[in-house]
Amino acid sequence: MNKILQKQVLAPTLKQIIVEAPLIAKKAKAGQFVILRIHEKGERIPLTIADYDRDNGTITMIFQEVGSSTKRLGLLEIGDEILDLVGPLGQPTEHPAGAKRIVCVGGGVGVAPVYPEAKELHESGVEIISIVGARNEELLFYLDNMKAVSKELHVTTDDGSKGRKGFVTDVLKELIESDKGIDAVIAIGPMPMMKAVSDLTKNYGLKTIVSLNSLMVDGTGMCGGCRVTIGNETKFACIDGPAFDAHEVDFIEQMRRLRMYQIEEKVEDCRCGEGME
Amino acid sequence: MAGTKKNPMPCQPGEERVKNFLEVALGYDEDVAINEAKRCIQCKNPKCVSGCPVGIEIPKFIEKIAEGDFQGAIDTLKEKNSLPAICGRVCPQEEQCEKVCIVGIKNEPVGIGRLERFAADWERKNRKEQSKISNTEGKKVAIVGSGPAGLTCAGELAKMGYQVTIFEAFHQAGGVLMYGIPEFRLPKEIVQEEINALLNLGVELKTNVVIGQTITIKELMEEEGYEAVFVGSGAGLPYFLNIPGENLNGVYSANEFLTRVNLMRAYLHPQWDTPVKVGKKVAVVGAGNVAMDAARTAKRLGAEDVYIVYRRSEDEMPARIEEIHHAKEEGIDFRLLTNPMEVLGNSEGWVTGLKCLKMELGEPDSSGRRRPVPIENSEFELDVDVVIIAIGQGPNPLIPRSTPELQTSKWGNITADESTGNTSMEGVFAGGDVVTGAATVIKAMGAGKNAAVAMDQYIKNK
Ligand SMILES: Cc1cc2nc3c(=O)[nH]c(=O)nc-3n(C[C@H](O)[C@H](O)[C@H](O)COP(=O)(O)OP(=O)(O)OC[C@H]3O[C@@H](n4cnc5c(N)ncnc54)[C@H](O)[C@@H]3O)c2cc1C
Ligand SMILES: Cc1cc2nc3c(=O)[nH]c(=O)nc-3n(C[C@H](O)[C@H](O)[C@H](O)COP(=O)(O)OP(=O)(O)OC[C@H]3O[C@@H](n4cnc5c(N)ncnc54)[C@H](O)[C@@H]3O)c2cc1C
Ligand code: SF4
Ligand code: SF4
Ligand code: FES
Repeated sequence: MNKILQKQVLAPTLKQIIVEAPLIAKKAKAGQFVILRIHEKGERIPLTIADYDRDNGTITMIFQEVGSSTKRLGLLEIGDEILDLVGPLGQPTEHPAGAKRIVCVGGGVGVAPVYPEAKELHESGVEIISIVGARNEELLFYLDNMKAVSKELHVTTDDGSKGRKGFVTDVLKELIESDKGIDAVIAIGPMPMMKAVSDLTKNYGLKTIVSLNSLMVDGTGMCGGCRVTIGNETKFACIDGPAFDAHEVDFIEQMRRLRMYQIEEKVEDCRCGEGME
Repeated sequence: MAGTKKNPMPCQPGEERVKNFLEVALGYDEDVAINEAKRCIQCKNPKCVSGCPVGIEIPKFIEKIAEGDFQGAIDTLKEKNSLPAICGRVCPQEEQCEKVCIVGIKNEPVGIGRLERFAADWERKNRKEQSKISNTEGKKVAIVGSGPAGLTCAGELAKMGYQVTIFEAFHQAGGVLMYGIPEFRLPKEIVQEEINALLNLGVELKTNVVIGQTITIKELMEEEGYEAVFVGSGAGLPYFLNIPGENLNGVYSANEFLTRVNLMRAYLHPQWDTPVKVGKKVAVVGAGNVAMDAARTAKRLGAEDVYIVYRRSEDEMPARIEEIHHAKEEGIDFRLLTNPMEVLGNSEGWVTGLKCLKMELGEPDSSGRRRPVPIENSEFELDVDVVIIAIGQGPNPLIPRSTPELQTSKWGNITADESTGNTSMEGVFAGGDVVTGAATVIKAMGAGKNAAVAMDQYIKNK
């Protein structure tokens, strides 16, 4: 069960694994995630289903090694099994009805969850313009995959080591202003990036969807730890999301909530602001 | 000779136990158990039996204990109750069997729960290795959820010869028994042993399957060949107060707090990976069993001051008397007639206090209960850094959402016949908290048992 069939190092702290999970592969849709646990004393951590293969019964996950669980996951090799793996969790992303042209923005590891969205939309005949951003060239991945499902692919890096120097929002702003008939935006990445995208598109009244990476325990609506304020209502990211209308999300609150265990986890390098500051 | 009072339950002293997670109540030894059993007058018309939701033959098992026939006692118990070690510990006996015990009219009632626990523990110590039965012949039935309702239903159906599969969302079976009720009240080892005994009857357990997400009820029946399905998915969805500041860092639902500690062993962090923020001063809002468990857990994790904040008075507190008593002994500070208004926080988003309003009891309402009414200008701030909300849970929406055929109440509970568990969807039965709302372990077990009988009939008449 849950055997790792393939493993690939995408960048020094960024890994991709393909795992045998027929039941999950059969059901998975873009926007959904799994929760996994690696050892008996392990934490339950959520990861997006970056891709799935229904025929072979496998799912793909891409993760950044930020703390003890993701680092330990990175140590597993082909043939190893993941102790617990449950999913698909969350609601599939509801794509804006009637949209013909959608911009997909992926920041950092956020490219992993944005790819299945772009792929599904592309397959249903929507024209995709993609913007992929990272701190530097080394952290870029999935460019070929994104290209295959996009009409245009734009790349940005903070240091200019690949593509354009700057932020994804720089490109997005130009695209919007060049009047290409964009109907909606899907943006997934670090919170500050999603907030910046949301602030930008709000000015243009452009429908924007983001996917929130709240802290989770069960992923089934049982603990309420993943709560987010949407509009004026509290929602649970794991069962009501993780995708939400960006213009309704209280990003400041979400950014604070992600810092909840910073002391307990003794983290040296918080990646919350990655790619933006 | 038999006295007017129950033989007291030996307990770890209060100041000792707040430093550990070991069980608080230690259980009767053989002599005390026999002595307590002799307090039962063996009524011809035993009221106690009707007070027990699963109808245990109480005088019979007590008589066996009095005779020193402990095996006979446990056999009698197990005819009606497959999880006696658990019920003997957590049943609200004072509301059920013991409430109507004849001896209780003049004196303290017979300690039925304590005796049940004694017999069950005796058997656990003397139990022989059971070999696992495997059953690949019978018709297939599916159970959703491995709380007391699902476990009991599974056990009954397995005994009838069905091939039973339990699907559980979590990585571990047991439901609230595992993730909710703390170790110091119900040791997880005991729960696990009872689950193992059920699995030995040939029940198959599939963890990490969320019905409604991984696979739907309809698919179980139409594609996987299950003849009938029992839904015992519990009442897991935590309610919040909907007051300002509730999403600040440091505000937990009791479910989250207790799950982190019980299931994920956050009290052993960092040996176990899951963290929990305990805080120095903790307010627990609510006064049911769940609130007591959360408060007593926080105290054990090192919180200096732990408050129970409750807007009604002592009389209305829904928790078991024993739990309230234990909480007081452990130094929990009860702030009754106190209504939380707002969680206060600092600029970083952390809890710094709980703004409350004092209440007083007003005129009785139509139900005869005196309603709490706010005292004007009585606002004050409780200095706390963690707030735990324990005001109740509703049914989880995943199954109703994915199964439109299932009729639900306006609160989202699955509508089911009380005596059979029959729902609006053919072949689907339901029971336990998902039907009744948050109730008790023994009621959930009763529902699981009734449903098993009805499912057997349904399949035979198909
Ligand atoms: C629905 C969902 C989908 C996700 N998909 C992916 C994915 O595809 N790939 C991926 O790499 N990560 C993803 N994440 C984030 C991932 O779950 C966390 O990085 C992981 O739980 C960290 O665990 P850890 O033990 O390695 O780190 P920890 O030791 O727990 O934490 C290390 C640092 O990461 C921060 N952190 C912890 N949890 C999160 C979180 N949920 N989001 C952001 N920062 C966090 C901590 O505050 C801390 O600063 C997703 C999260 C959610 C909720
Ligand atoms: C902290 C606390 C203390 C309590 N103390 C007491 C006490 O002292 N005495 C007492 O009698 N009662 C007590 N109760 C109440 C009692 O525990 C419950 O009434 C009882 O557990 C209900 O049993 P159940 O089988 O209906 O549901 P649960 O025990 O809630 O079990 C439901 C199971 O179903 C699983 N599940 C849910 N949805 C799905 C799905 N879609 N797919 C697969 N699996 C799913 C859940 O993960 C869970 O394991 C307490 C409750 C709590 C929370
Ligand atoms: S199961 Fe509960 S109600 Fe029934 S006899 Fe035992 S303690 Fe009493
Ligand atoms: S009612 Fe009390 S005294 Fe009578 S049989 Fe039951 S336990 Fe014994
Ligand atoms: S993770 Fe527990 S409710 Fe969402």
